[in-house]
Amino acid sequence: MWKFLLPFAAFVALVVLFAFGLNPKRDIHALPSPLIGKPAPEFALTDVLNPSAVVSNTSLKGQVYVVNVWGTWCAECRVEHPALLAIAEQHVVPVIGIDWSIDHGLGERDKAQQWLERLGNPYAQVAFDKEGRTVIDWGVYAAPETFLVDRQGNVIFKHISALTQEVWEKEFLPRIAAAGKGT
Amino acid sequence: MNRGSFAGVLTLALALPGFGGAFAEPPAADALDIHGQLASPELQVRFERIAKELRCLVCQNESIADSNADLARDLRRQVREMLIAGKSDDAIFTFMTDRYGEFVRFAPPLTPKTAFIWGAPFVMLLLGGTIVYRVVRQRSRMPLDE
Repeated sequence: MWKFLLPFAAFVALVVLFAFGLNPKRDIHALPSPLIGKPAPEFALTDVLNPSAVVSNTSLKGQVYVVNVWGTWCAECRVEHPALLAIAEQHVVPVIGIDWSIDHGLGERDKAQQWLERLGNPYAQVAFDKEGRTVIDWGVYAAPETFLVDRQGNVIFKHISALTQEVWEKEFLPRIAAAGKGT
Repeated sequence: MNRGSFAGVLTLALALPGFGGAFAEPPAADALDIHGQLASPELQVRFERIAKELRCLVCQNESIADSNADLARDLRRQVREMLIAGKSDDAIFTFMTDRYGEFVRFAPPLTPKTAFIWGAPFVMLLLGGTIVYRVVRQRSRMPLDE
């Protein structure tokens, strides 16, 4: 009896393991963020469009907002840009951009300004992370990454890779509704 | 294969243009800002150890000591600055795991959550050992001649 049952049990265990491990819908590169449920890291950076102005998230406390990390060097960011524009048009919550300057400021600001001028600006404000420090604070490892912050200032959701209308409707809108919205 | 013939094959492989070329390339680390960055040799030793222990999340199977990704470069800068500021190794690892999660460490600390990962090899060894032991004992009881 055991001779049959034991290999069979092992087989079933393997099937379960593979069903989980080889699931094509599971993105093995997407990592859970330890930031979820924790206060959003504060930042005060210069404005991409105006180097003498400051963009900070401290003034956003008390409202729901979205933080989108992008860069002109990031192809996926180009892919998600139309979706961001469409989302911004809905005026559900403010979308704050963080331009990740992996070149530590050598030209990224100019390119970002051209990008926003040519493709349209979906952001309420765009911060310029010249040295990539804010991005590290937010645990970003691959742009684009999009965070949702609630009224208490806690990060409640993070989406890695290009944002789409579908992701926005399925993942963001219900959470924004639950968070009591901002307006 | 004995030792002598292994060395022979290795020499042959190195002599072949294809293999030789690959070995002749300068180590990738020299192209990175790994060595000789910190004034104090003690800090440099600690820096290199910590950098090897932290995963580059862009490439995921390289440490930040081995990766030339921009994020890895910035994380190395972070480690260096924290070392200069007198932070402990633990403080640096905590800084990284607070932001990037346990996955950022190649050797996750032993906690209830990671106990399975650490324990699994021993469980497997015990299981395999038991099976081998039982099979061998059973066979040794069999008559020598068929």
